[in-house]
Amino acid sequence: MGRILLVCRLAVRDLRRRRTEAALLLFAIVTATTTLTLALVLRDAAADPYQSTREATNGPDVVASVNRAAELPDLDELAAAPGVTGHSGPYPVTAARLQASDKTSDVQVLGRDAAPAPVDQPALTQGGWVRDGGVVVEAAFAHAFNVRVGDPVTLNGRSFEVVGVAVTAAMAPYPGSSCIVAVGCANGPVRPAELPASLIWNPGLVWLTQADVRSIAAGSVSYVMNLKLADPSEATAFVAARQPATMGTPYLMSWESILDDATEMARDAQILLMIGAWLLGLLAVASLSVLVGGRIADQTRRVGLLKAVGGTPGLIAAVLLAEYVLVALVAAAAGLAIGWRTAPLLAASGAGLIGSAGTPAMTLPTAGLVTAVALAVAVAATFLPAVRAARSSTVSALADAARPPHRTGWLIAISARLPVPLLLALRVAARRPRRVVLGVVSIAITISGIYVALVLNDYLTAHPLAAGVDAVQAGLLRRVLLAVMVILVCLAAVNAVFITWATALDNRHSSALARTLGATPGEVSAALAAAQILPALVGAVAGVFPGGYALFAAINAITGGDGSKATLPSLWQLLALVLAAVFVVAALTAVPARLGARRPVIDSLQAELT
Amino acid sequence: MSDATDTAVLRARGLRKEYGTGEGLVRAVDGIDLDIRAGETVAVMGPSGCGKSTLLHLLGGLDRPSGGEVTLNGRRIDDIGEKALARMRRTDVGFVFQAFHLLEELTAIENVELSALLAGRSPRAARRRAHELLEQVGLADRARFLPSALSGGQRQRVAIARALSNEPLVVLADEPTGNLDSAAILDVLQLFEKLHEAGQTLVIVTHDARIAATADRLISMRDGAFIDETHLTGGTTGRLGALAGLDD
Repeated sequence: MGRILLVCRLAVRDLRRRRTEAALLLFAIVTATTTLTLALVLRDAAADPYQSTREATNGPDVVASVNRAAELPDLDELAAAPGVTGHSGPYPVTAARLQASDKTSDVQVLGRDAAPAPVDQPALTQGGWVRDGGVVVEAAFAHAFNVRVGDPVTLNGRSFEVVGVAVTAAMAPYPGSSCIVAVGCANGPVRPAELPASLIWNPGLVWLTQADVRSIAAGSVSYVMNLKLADPSEATAFVAARQPATMGTPYLMSWESILDDATEMARDAQILLMIGAWLLGLLAVASLSVLVGGRIADQTRRVGLLKAVGGTPGLIAAVLLAEYVLVALVAAAAGLAIGWRTAPLLAASGAGLIGSAGTPAMTLPTAGLVTAVALAVAVAATFLPAVRAARSSTVSALADAARPPHRTGWLIAISARLPVPLLLALRVAARRPRRVVLGVVSIAITISGIYVALVLNDYLTAHPLAAGVDAVQAGLLRRVLLAVMVILVCLAAVNAVFITWATALDNRHSSALARTLGATPGEVSAALAAAQILPALVGAVAGVFPGGYALFAAINAITGGDGSKATLPSLWQLLALVLAAVFVVAALTAVPARLGARRPVIDSLQAELT
Repeated sequence: MSDATDTAVLRARGLRKEYGTGEGLVRAVDGIDLDIRAGETVAVMGPSGCGKSTLLHLLGGLDRPSGGEVTLNGRRIDDIGEKALARMRRTDVGFVFQAFHLLEELTAIENVELSALLAGRSPRAARRRAHELLEQVGLADRARFLPSALSGGQRQRVAIARALSNEPLVVLADEPTGNLDSAAILDVLQLFEKLHEAGQTLVIVTHDARIAATADRLISMRDGAFIDETHLTGGTTGRLGALAGLDD
């Protein structure tokens, strides 16, 4: 017990002694844990509004439809099937063309009774229910089409007044609506020329009285029935048992498949966040490796002192690990809290479902996974340096001997042919190849993320309907993308500054020596900056290809998306991205590089002797 | 005095270096006048903390004086910018330090050629010059060794070769034998002897009387000021080892 107390006390004291570094460590892990928490809770959060809508509307467990009146006995048979405890319908449904002011859209028009239905009674968010001459518009469609209660519209040329706006759980909100009309439906950004004229295009959903539906039906009328089952969890099995093997009627749809359609946007956001969490997790490991390496280099003398007073290698490693485990635990708690509180903002259901997501429940698996990832990140970055420090010789640790630099002979030979700043820059980089790799990886991860964000943003802007989202949802997804990108860029910026500062500190002696031998302060600071810019250039290029390309392919593989529909960034965009990354790194590293190169020569040379 | 002043390659007038303020003021170098002629070897002796290393740093433009003037080859260097100072150090001054200050990741020859590369020489010319210098210091066969594989004396000989790389007007050596054993001290002494014979101007800061005895002139320092100056008639002529008390 006393030993554990000692380890904790030493760890806390050291963290308090180096607050800035501890804060940076915390920031790096919190970004990753927050994003991971968001991703994990988002699906549950997004599913809540559908459940609310299902409860408020007494939503069906199965929706069945047939294309002709002659097939109505099939629906009657379903209503009488074992396990079915209630139903509403059959209701007539037809395709129509809706016009409101100067806009037109195809719609599926569902005929309903003025009296409430026992199953699937759409819940009104504005106005009243259907009456003769009055149309009720599905909420997401009303929002996208910008119609309100009281607006005049025409359906197949006949005038109606919008009397209400409602939500339903029997169909996913616009534009994810399922097709229940005989003529068939198609979705997409642009109507292909070869598509049959009879097919309706990106249809919305409206309700009329049954008499009004029949009065405007220009073609065939289909019928739809909503079924309630004794056990809603049997809905998928019910559908599977009764769905015709070949294309035919009745067409059945379980509430689970409607839920899938309704929460597709949330799933997309969750995938984006999950990928963002992975990217941020990798960046956090890179950050931590640099921070921990720098801290442990600074702690060499302390390690020597602990050993000199009887600290075993195990105790030393435990103290160093305990510091980062402590930070990781705090970061996990903070990430869980922030992610938990902000998830509803990203999972807002839009207009198609009742209510907001609210604050989702924090499940034990989510909390456990986030904490485990935070600890894994900390341990992965700390373990080797901690063991190395624990095994170091007490005498050399007390002398605060610097870690010997790495020698890369071929790079030194090449650098001899370059101008002085590049000569020094290559040698600075060659001294610590692991740090260079971390710098390259950090920039490559960030640029890969930005590459994918550019592709998705362009796709969401140009083809929101093809992506299965409306403008509101596309905006939400873009906000998710933006949030992940901002965090990625911030973390990469912190990495760049810290790597430069660690490089400047690590090269104090060699920089001072170079100045003693005649290098100017400008040449030395240019070298320190160039030592970051060269890896940044490599990282930016690798981040575009293969990084960004591979990440986009991975996202497509995970989501089952069709990458061929997306427009990849043009060459000039990629060039601008690479140049921007290099410019930003140059700007970020300029100050630490300049400060690092301005230290008095004598101080740096004599520091080695003290 | 006037002859010395006229031919001085390195000259200091009223040179001061102060640290701190008020009661904590420390005068590391306190109003020193000094003239060093071309080809002369000057040893500066004194107890630890008397300001001799600070003086050397001021003379070489590694540190800025609080007052006074330093002139190298007729040009004031105490009031020029960092960039100009760096360029001056490239060509006019060579430094030798007690701690060698070799770059651990560079081989002996790469350490020696670094000065020439920084001065803008071509890689081939820098390498050729480094070879010549390593031969001069007797380390041609250790050219591709890393400093960690060399003895203390060998490291210091590499550092001396590096200091000579750009044929400087003056070599400033700060306790060059402070970290060496007796055999290595003899090696370094012999090297300085050869440099002296070749007409190289040398300023050596030391508290080792054996090194000081090899100089043309010995200056004693205390509390930042010169307290004594002796012209050694024998200079470094005669049997160096016997003079330094290192022979068997």
